[in-house]
Amino acid sequence: MASQASAAPPEPLRSRGLHLDIRAVSHAFELDGQTLAVLDDVSFELEPGESLALLGPSGCGKSTLLRLVAGLETPRSGDILADDAAVTAPDPSRVVVFQDPTLYPWRTVSDNVALGLQAQGVLDHNGRLRVVQELERVGLAGFAKAYPRQLSGGMASRAALARALVNRPRLLILDEPLGKLDSLTRIRMQGELVSLWQERRYSALMVTHDVEEALLMADRVLVFSPRPARLLESIEVGIAHPRRRDDPRLITLRRAILELLGAA
Amino acid sequence: MREPERGALIWAPVTILVLLLAWQLLVMLLRPPAYLLPDPLSVFETLIARISLIAPHAWVTLVEMLLGLAVGVSGGVLTALALASSALLRRPLLPLLIASQAVPLFALAPLMMLWFGYGMTPKVLMAALIIYFPVASTCYDGLRQTERGWLDLALIMRASPLRIMLLVRLPAALPSFCSGLRLAAICAPIGAVIGEWAGASAGLGYLMIQANAQMQTALMFAALLVLIVFALLLYAATELVARWLLPWRAVSHR
Repeated sequence: MASQASAAPPEPLRSRGLHLDIRAVSHAFELDGQTLAVLDDVSFELEPGESLALLGPSGCGKSTLLRLVAGLETPRSGDILADDAAVTAPDPSRVVVFQDPTLYPWRTVSDNVALGLQAQGVLDHNGRLRVVQELERVGLAGFAKAYPRQLSGGMASRAALARALVNRPRLLILDEPLGKLDSLTRIRMQGELVSLWQERRYSALMVTHDVEEALLMADRVLVFSPRPARLLESIEVGIAHPRRRDDPRLITLRRAILELLGAA
Repeated sequence: MREPERGALIWAPVTILVLLLAWQLLVMLLRPPAYLLPDPLSVFETLIARISLIAPHAWVTLVEMLLGLAVGVSGGVLTALALASSALLRRPLLPLLIASQAVPLFALAPLMMLWFGYGMTPKVLMAALIIYFPVASTCYDGLRQTERGWLDLALIMRASPLRIMLLVRLPAALPSFCSGLRLAAICAPIGAVIGEWAGASAGLGYLMIQANAQMQTALMFAALLVLIVFALLLYAATELVARWLLPWRAVSHR
């Protein structure tokens, strides 16, 4: 690591996006002795560097799918392959950003971002530089020593994002990451998430309730049925970034998706 | 949450002063016999006049409280850690811990005396026992109720069980530990004095019993006063420990 002196070029931030293959995945929970089916024979692929939005009624099982992809739970049936290897356990190459920023309140912003490296036992000098770099990238350099409870909602989301990105994920899993933000902050964060993704080229899998958000951010939108979630349709967005929310193509797609969801 | 506490620092002494004044006036007006209710001034006079008698007893009780606190808190924390980290220990120990909360610990004081004599040991054990259960159960609750997202995140980072304990579960349980410590500080004087009442040759509890038997009520109140001061100082110390352990709680909310 001696060659990583300050004069050396920074480590490449671009990661090789992960290829994800979901094959006939079904899942269910036991609830008070009853079996509650949440995912019904879901299959799709995520190409390296692609960004995919999962859209569906709330409580339909999308977040469960994310937990399965992260390796936090194992599906009842079907296979989840990351670069052709079965997902059996969580891994820092597949990082989740949760709806609640779930920052550790007892750690400063900088220590929160450093957690992943510390947990893996790789928080060296180089790691600390990465922490500073990510904090700068999300615009929180001035808040490195602040505690999470001193942050606004938007800043907490940025901190959670930096905490994920510092691990150089090859797949970023976003579980309604902007769900609790006010609308202005939300619009700004949508733009920032897209530019981060364009910069780093990781694969991205995002759950959202917001049709417009999905169409603004993702390459492809997967529409799911109410629980148990079945894949209804895969919609290619095909509009170059930056997208405008009043783009007529986007409005047409939005209407089509709302019809699929039975809301139009 | 901090506001009322800051206020307490100003208002508590004022309230105490007013109450003492009322007590003084009451005694001056009603003139009860001194063996029933001495006035606060004569309690202070007795405290100063007989400080050489009171001080050694106060020292004994203070040591009992502090040793009891040390033994009870470390025992409670270790139990909580064992329960939280091993299902093998949890299954037999947890029901026992819950059931033992129902045991009237004060009733054990004579037994402690029988087993360990008139010295300091039974008092320390009594204080430690009373402290042990609330500390063990609050700490265990704190270790058990770690927010799922915090754990998930550490799992995604492939943290080992030891690192998850050190980086997530322990710090997440610190607020609970501090509540346990506060309870312990409240229980410590009770345990020491109960232990002394069951049979002792020294200590503030012993002094109170002696003074009571000799109708030296002012001396009894003086001993009680010292005990109250100890209890308050102990409580204030736990508050300082809590602030040191939880610096993030003191920062202002956004």
